[in-house]
Amino acid sequence: MDLHKLSLSKQLEGLKKGDFTSTELTSHYLNRISELDGQLNSFITVTEDQALSQAKAADDRYKTNNNFSLDGLPIAHKDIFCTKGVLTTCGSKMLSNFEAPYSSTVYEKLDKNGMVMLGKTNMDEFAMGSSNETSYFGPVKNPWNIEYVPGGSSGGSASCVSAELAPIATATDTGGSIRQPASLCGLTGIKPTYGRVSRYGMIAFASSLDQGGVIAKSAEDAALILEAMSGHDPKDSTSLKLDQPDLTNNLNNPIKGMKIGLPKEFFEKEMAPYVLKSIEEAIEVYKSLGAEIVDISLGNINLSLPIYYIIAPAECSANLSRYDGVRYGYRCEDPKDIEDLFMRTREEGFGAEVKRRILIGTYALSAGYYDAFYLKAQKCRQLVANDFSEAFKSVDVILSPTTPGTSFKSGEKTNDPVEMYLQDIFTIPANLAGLPGLSIPCGEHNGLPLGMQLVGNSLEESKLLQFAHSFQSNTDWHMKMPNI
Amino acid sequence: MKNYSEDWEAVIGLEIHVQLSTKSKLFSGASTDFGALPNTQACNIDLAMPGVLPVLNEEVLKMAVKLGKALNAEINSPTSFARKNYFYPDSPKGYQISQMDKPIVENGYLDIETENGGKRIGVTRAHLEEDAGKSLHDDFEGQSGIDLNRAGTPLLEIVSEPEINTPEEAVAYLKSIHSIIRYLEISDGNMAEGSMRCDANVSVRKIGEKKLGTRTETKNVNSFRFVEKAIQYEIERQIHEIESGNEITQETRLYDSQANTTRPMRSKEFANDYRYFPEPDLLPVNLEKEFIEEVLTTMPEMPTEKKERFVSEFSLSQYDADLLAADKDIAEFFEEVTKVSNSPKLSANWIMGELSAELNNENLNIKESKVSSNKLGQLISRIEDGTISGKIAKDIFEKIWTTGKEVDDIIKEEGLEQVTDDQEIESMIDEVIENNPQQLEQYRSGKDRLFGFFVGQVMKASQGKANPKQVNDILKSKLEK
Repeated sequence: MDLHKLSLSKQLEGLKKGDFTSTELTSHYLNRISELDGQLNSFITVTEDQALSQAKAADDRYKTNNNFSLDGLPIAHKDIFCTKGVLTTCGSKMLSNFEAPYSSTVYEKLDKNGMVMLGKTNMDEFAMGSSNETSYFGPVKNPWNIEYVPGGSSGGSASCVSAELAPIATATDTGGSIRQPASLCGLTGIKPTYGRVSRYGMIAFASSLDQGGVIAKSAEDAALILEAMSGHDPKDSTSLKLDQPDLTNNLNNPIKGMKIGLPKEFFEKEMAPYVLKSIEEAIEVYKSLGAEIVDISLGNINLSLPIYYIIAPAECSANLSRYDGVRYGYRCEDPKDIEDLFMRTREEGFGAEVKRRILIGTYALSAGYYDAFYLKAQKCRQLVANDFSEAFKSVDVILSPTTPGTSFKSGEKTNDPVEMYLQDIFTIPANLAGLPGLSIPCGEHNGLPLGMQLVGNSLEESKLLQFAHSFQSNTDWHMKMPNI
Repeated sequence: MKNYSEDWEAVIGLEIHVQLSTKSKLFSGASTDFGALPNTQACNIDLAMPGVLPVLNEEVLKMAVKLGKALNAEINSPTSFARKNYFYPDSPKGYQISQMDKPIVENGYLDIETENGGKRIGVTRAHLEEDAGKSLHDDFEGQSGIDLNRAGTPLLEIVSEPEINTPEEAVAYLKSIHSIIRYLEISDGNMAEGSMRCDANVSVRKIGEKKLGTRTETKNVNSFRFVEKAIQYEIERQIHEIESGNEITQETRLYDSQANTTRPMRSKEFANDYRYFPEPDLLPVNLEKEFIEEVLTTMPEMPTEKKERFVSEFSLSQYDADLLAADKDIAEFFEEVTKVSNSPKLSANWIMGELSAELNNENLNIKESKVSSNKLGQLISRIEDGTISGKIAKDIFEKIWTTGKEVDDIIKEEGLEQVTDDQEIESMIDEVIENNPQQLEQYRSGKDRLFGFFVGQVMKASQGKANPKQVNDILKSKLEK
């Protein structure tokens, strides 16, 4: 049986009915990983032994009818989530030897529900990148065409789910790192409202923007796992004081009469004809389901990229200061003195993109520049958030492309950081405003998938997933899988 | 005291770091106990492991609110945290979580007293921040050790306005802060262990000059006396430099208590740009009105209030009341003694006299006193009710101090009750007069000062137990006969 072709809820059903065991399911994926990941490089660490023992424990619980809600379902975790006793590298040489002494809240929640960790997925170094080419552990390939990038920074999570090496994977999104790779790999990726998913144990890039989520094969799968990941965590002071939301109940409700906003600022941009065509077709699908299309304006949305490239580097410049070679992680050889230890450890331990952002952030926070850059960016960020609040008075969701186009070839944008940063032009605004956003596949071009993005009002993940599921119930873009 | 020329004035501002006596750290659950083995009280958060996040210990908010009230200051709500960025091996995150724009306490003042009278010193702000760890340079053969037990311990940094003009004022201000934090029980204020640390910003200018001179910051001076001496030295040094035609360099200096000098610690080239920005891992904290009011109901009586009450309730002198009220433990001891003895004045004298001398001798604080407040109270009440004389009481005090015995037991065992029986005293006096005919004659022929001789003889005969007043009265009438 092709177990990997089953949706998560079908897999869960099969486990409950005893059609197959978690050990069989887990082994099936582990075999696919060992067979196929050589060409993709989507995993940094495969936790085979741990996975099999977790699977066995789940099987034992099924035997005695003591099973947990997601018992025995395999999952891959982005290597940004700390997992106790397991290498947690964040894609960096700096943490290439770092075994986390504790587990992230996300891992613990899924573990408590019985989920089996297959391994830790590759990513751009410290989640900085949009092509998964900045990883110390080598670039990740797009299963649709291995000459192309899978997107980033959650490129490993997208690549492995797309190649069906894992049924689902955790991921994180600071400016589009869930939605962009989901789009480029033909998957469903959701970043919830800021504060929905605990950041405890999720290695920080930009604290006010980072948010955990999942990359899945469908909205239905995503809803199932995101629900279990969510909820207040007293260890994260920015975590929302709300219970775990119900994200699955609403999936099949009709969207008839609901309103979709199209921001004119996005559609005024020069858009590749094939992108526009796919989006227009998707809009037609929604119209046929009874949704109303409304033109809206997000007047300050074009400030998003510059705002982001002040705030994210500023926060990262401080967040990454702890990597100094003193307590854990990489340390340079034979330091002369403490200054030398700091400087060479960081010089040798960080890659070029990370250094670039630390420098930008340090500059933006410097005496004499703070007001002009950081403070102004924070004020503009509020303007962007206000635009969204205003828009959501008249629409339910906001629709746009997720990315400016389909995937690009490895190496194509590596020498042009600004071109690379433009990958996230549609996704960044949701991070600035802390809003939930998802990407679902809606077309393809030259054999590569393309996604559309839906952004919802604060705390309206359920509505976003409802829109995504109703689209997926009426189209089959999400069913297409690469031939690998 | 001033040995520099009279046309200079000093401008001094103090930054006082107070380590708050919470059980756990400012942003983690690790213990704050002093003196544990290195790195045994540092959890993942204190070690700045990848992915960890700070969670505010709400106990510190209560402490800060109380301090704010005691300093007549405003409480900011919301109050927010900021990151102060600098690399140092014992600063595990590479930044310190502190407060910048919205410190929890702002715009207060403190009234101090010196020999030159009273003065009001403005308190600019008091903000919360986390302490760093410690670098240990001694035991590691060319390398340094890092102990992160102290990392993350909560501090309140209290910043004064530059309104202090003399070393004496600086010490009075510092002592007053010390007294307040001890009263509030928010810190043990132990300067030797570093739970209260003082940095002094000092500059000098010609009297009448409006512009401030270039200041230096003298760091971590660890006793009241050293604060006074370090500031004194720094004032004289700066005046000397300027009068010699040199300029003052803005720098951080370190006080060397053995040589009684200050010397530069970091040079200006390494001056840090701390790149403060709002801490994104912590939301601004709203201090609800109800919360503040609730905290204020737990405010203890403060030193000035207590002093005034000692004057009005116990009729103590301003001087005595001030001395007793400055230290919370002493003030409490005094009230306990008074409750038993019923004699405030005598209790005050004994605490500031005999007791404090013994404590000083053995280098103890009042809580470690070998004579409890209850026993001291009983002792004094035995003087009051005439059972023993003051002189005998001193002997008994010594005995309690060494043996811990009960007052009445000692009196009984050693037969120390005062002799108050008129006939008994009379017969002792008769004997003395009879045995000293020569002196009697001299006295009667006008040598008045021999009266003391007779008193002495009578007391000696009674082994000090005769009631002195009765001896005086009876002796006088007998000698006049």
